[in-house]
Amino acid sequence: MTPSLEVSRLAYAYPDGTQALFGVDFEIGRGERVALLGPNGAGKTTLVMHLNGILTAGHGTVTVAGLPVSKGSLREIRRRVGLVFQDPDDQLFMPTVREDVAFGPANLGIGGEELERRVKGALERVGMLETIDRPPHHLSFGQRRRVAVATVLAMEPEILVLDEPSSNLDPASRRELADVLRSLDVTVLMVTHDLPYALELCDRALILSGGTIAADGPTGEILSDAELLAAHRLELPYGFAPPRPGHPS
Amino acid sequence: MGAGHHHQIYRAGDTLVHRLPPQCKLAAVAAFALVVVATPREWFWAFGLYALLLAAVAVAARVPALSVLRRMVIEIPFVVFAVALPFIGFGERVSLLGLSLSAEGLWSAWNILAKATLGVVASVLLASTTEPRLMLLGAQRLRLPPLLVQIAMFMLRYLDVIVDEMRRMRVARESRGFTARDVRHIPVVARSAGALFIRSYERGERVHLAMLSRGYSGSMPIIQDLSASARQWLVAGMLPGAALVALLGTWGLAL
Repeated sequence: MTPSLEVSRLAYAYPDGTQALFGVDFEIGRGERVALLGPNGAGKTTLVMHLNGILTAGHGTVTVAGLPVSKGSLREIRRRVGLVFQDPDDQLFMPTVREDVAFGPANLGIGGEELERRVKGALERVGMLETIDRPPHHLSFGQRRRVAVATVLAMEPEILVLDEPSSNLDPASRRELADVLRSLDVTVLMVTHDLPYALELCDRALILSGGTIAADGPTGEILSDAELLAAHRLELPYGFAPPRPGHPS
Repeated sequence: MGAGHHHQIYRAGDTLVHRLPPQCKLAAVAAFALVVVATPREWFWAFGLYALLLAAVAVAARVPALSVLRRMVIEIPFVVFAVALPFIGFGERVSLLGLSLSAEGLWSAWNILAKATLGVVASVLLASTTEPRLMLLGAQRLRLPPLLVQIAMFMLRYLDVIVDEMRRMRVARESRGFTARDVRHIPVVARSAGALFIRSYERGERVHLAMLSRGYSGSMPIIQDLSASARQWLVAGMLPGAALVALLGTWGLAL
């Protein structure tokens, strides 16, 4: 089966010469939920920007469900890769929730009843249907983040890419978002340094450090490897003990 | 978050006036204003009829008089200007309550007050019955350049976000013992304004990325169909239509 996402020897330097990625290689199979861990400045955001062609690779390739990211395929790539940004105020730019969720599919040329169906379906999946006619800035932060997820779900993406989904959420909103993400049947790549959240939601984790993939394996194993974590400026929260490999909690 | 609701002129409702497509209402108000402005200032009857027409619209839209009055504060600068005219005007003087006033100035003041008031009341009625975003979509249908409409849309969406950011910056300043008391403090406030500008600019870039990520290619997709039927245009046309009849009728009497 074609993997949802294939990143191969991806390298990138910013126009000012700063090299951010030095040959990144990984694959995500269909339906997998994978955490991308890494300290600040590891190149996580730069990598994410490559996944839907906002940045174009200096070297190497990104392939989404068999389609390579290139100038000519951007439209289809952006439909297949749903990017959820960290600040929902950046993601929700339309005057009402309905228009915001409709923005993506409408750009794909969808209209009429099909558009309405997509908008309502996406909001239903994140449990936010009742806010459909409200302006985004009247919602709580947690609600806005869930609507932000709906805005990309409405495009029926192949893979959902979330940038720090748990940041700034209170514990209840954090759990509600986890419930939503678990209920979705799409491939998920979650960029985070919230290690317990990664463990809760993703079976597999990657560590991006210094512009390369430093580790790739079951999340439980990676989080139990204290040396590995320390080498890449990752730390478990105080009092948190990861389950031992082979002994699921 | 926070501020949100307070600065809204719009009053939710479900009347005939509320339901009219925004482009019809915009065009009707503009045409009405044209008729008002074209009326010679001596034709008192016509102005009275215009006021009655607006009152009828207010009743149909269930907008209370008090709410219209409160929203008319925007007219105050014009009122001040108009009141000054009889004192500073030239030409023939008339004496009123012991004051020597310019007759020409009095006419000008009346002219400005009457026409501005009618225009402002019509606009307040429009704003009270039309959501701001619909107003913009209506303007777009009336061929306002889409770029301007998009800019205004983003202003609507982000005004609260930016005001909130401004408030946080003020709290941060004051938490460190700063209060703006005199001119010497202007540089500090100016630097905050600069920082706010840069933050907003950066947010603009991030929003643009978010738009690109969802397939934006330079023009806003049409999400809400706002087409108006001939009947709706006819209903909206009643206000300027009746005003025009009043104008021509008064003209007929004057001949």
